[in-house]
Amino acid sequence: MQRETLINTVLTLGLLAVPLAAWAMDEPYTITLATKVVIFALAGVGLNLALGLGGLVSLGHAMFFGIGGYAAGILASHAQSYEPIMEWPFLIEGTQSMPVIWVMAIVVSALVALATGALSLRTSGVYFIMITLAFGQMFYYFTISWPAYGGEDGLSIYVRDRFPGLNTLDPLHFFGLCFALLMLGLFIVARISRSGFGLALNAARQNEARVRAVGIEPYRLRLIAFVISGAITGLAGALYADLNRFVSPVMFSWQTSGEIMIFVILGGVARLFGPVAGAALFIILEEVLGGVSDYWHIYLGALLLIVVLFARGGLIGVLAGRNGGGGHD
Amino acid sequence: MTETLLDIRGISKSFGALKASDDVALDLKQGEIHALIGPNGAGKSTLIAQIAGSLRPDSGEVWLEGRNVTHKDTVARAKAGLGRTFQISSLAMEDTVLQNAVLGALGARHRVPGFWRPVMRDGDLRASAMQALEKVGLEEFAHFRTADLSHGQRRQLEVAVALTLKPHVFLMDEPMAGLGADGSAILVEFLRNLKSSAPILLVEHDMDAVFQLADRISVLVYGRIIATGAPDEIRANAQVREAYLGEEDAE
Ligand SMILES: Nc1ncnc2c1ncn2[C@@H]1O[C@H](COP(=O)(O)OP(=O)(O)OP(=O)(O)O)[C@@H](O)[C@H]1O
Ligand SMILES: [Mg+2]
Repeated sequence: MQRETLINTVLTLGLLAVPLAAWAMDEPYTITLATKVVIFALAGVGLNLALGLGGLVSLGHAMFFGIGGYAAGILASHAQSYEPIMEWPFLIEGTQSMPVIWVMAIVVSALVALATGALSLRTSGVYFIMITLAFGQMFYYFTISWPAYGGEDGLSIYVRDRFPGLNTLDPLHFFGLCFALLMLGLFIVARISRSGFGLALNAARQNEARVRAVGIEPYRLRLIAFVISGAITGLAGALYADLNRFVSPVMFSWQTSGEIMIFVILGGVARLFGPVAGAALFIILEEVLGGVSDYWHIYLGALLLIVVLFARGGLIGVLAGRNGGGGHD
Repeated sequence: MTETLLDIRGISKSFGALKASDDVALDLKQGEIHALIGPNGAGKSTLIAQIAGSLRPDSGEVWLEGRNVTHKDTVARAKAGLGRTFQISSLAMEDTVLQNAVLGALGARHRVPGFWRPVMRDGDLRASAMQALEKVGLEEFAHFRTADLSHGQRRQLEVAVALTLKPHVFLMDEPMAGLGADGSAILVEFLRNLKSSAPILLVEHDMDAVFQLADRISVLVYGRIIATGAPDEIRANAQVREAYLGEEDAE
């Protein structure tokens, strides 16, 4: 077994063991923390497809996280009030069914990613960063000034959404759901990275002229990657809404985009399990250092600086060594 | 009469006051190697870029197999059958040699690459990629990271990737540069055989190779073609000797 595979396996087992131990010791807060790690990791897995494989430095992924969150919040609030979201031209009613909410979060995120990606991918480098940031901020200010769903105060979800056959109020059940979706997300991204699409996308990151010269259009690859990436991060947003039973414009803020990017960079850009390691490290730091000092972000900043300067492969890179050809054999 | 596959009609391109291409006309016929020579900065690479579609000419037209492709982009021209090698190696440096070749084979399929099946386990793509690597003598380096190759090997890989495209026309910008005497000799032999499958527009500074290989030679100086003809004619051309070959002798 390759060293990176071993590390990924250990990470996965660790992520499973922590909430199980917490459950045995009756520590629901720790289960919630582990769930948070899983959800953040999923958001990072989405971003990593665009950032790591595609080289698309998006500072707007909060947009998809927020859309997923609000998809859950809005659908649930209408289910609670029994008022349909719209009656014309066709009837859309609220729902508390998680699968329906997830599909909605994925579809809407993907559509928004298609529209914003089609425009922003015409630029590159720092312009791409600025445009994605601007799109994210547009959504942020829009939700702040949209009174129908709580505006600045956000929107509470009074009842935990449902999943057939599970008690989603039980933290361990909800953790299990999120964990399964993270594994599914990782599986999909792993398949994509090893596919022909992944090879071409990764090559376009390294050398655009090369990819054009073999008759493949990088723009199209990147747009597809951006859409899949946004959809995965959107799904994570829907889960986050259910974890907190609350959504607010903060989900759309550029700080959220920054945090998702931090998960990826800390754990290892373009490493399959990078976002998992990064999100876990982030939450651990937040819990440990946050208890010691209110200014724990300073230490986070210092760590980030060290990773960027000395350990480009992040935590996974330090542990597993050099990346062999973008995950291909 | 043999068929003309590539026809360059009166291409001009200026960078500010510098005329990099000055009303250049050139053609490439089935089965031939047409060498394009000229001093450094004459505008050879600029011309190749305009033929490949990565640089837009100010005026003039590019015809490929009887179709005007002047307004088509690089991707469309590659699909239409142009196989290009870059003077400055243009490869996915973090990827392996084989992956670069597989990328070419993938492009040759002319459709959006699949999302699900592991591409490096695709037997057809691998076979086509390995075949191209064998032809240029890189098969033993298939699993090397491209960044770890020597400059000469990268030039060979450039040629191999172009081969995987199975193009109708090759554009090669100094494929021999940095190859060394042995490498050059092998590539000369290889190109001599290759031209029967697709003609080659060959930019090359290695005069021995050019005079061994070329069926026709065009000489570009300051963006203008000052002579086109068979190797013997070019060797005997006084204008060419003065402008270009003479300089070489003097060195
Ligand atoms: N994008 C550009 N902008 C401005 N000038 C350019 C550009 N590209 C090329 N040039 C100039 O055009 C001229 C022709 O360059 P080109 O690279 O085509 O020469 P070349 O014949 O390929 O030379 P070499 O034998 O050194 O490869 C040079 O003077 C170069 O500096
Ligand atoms: Mg040149």
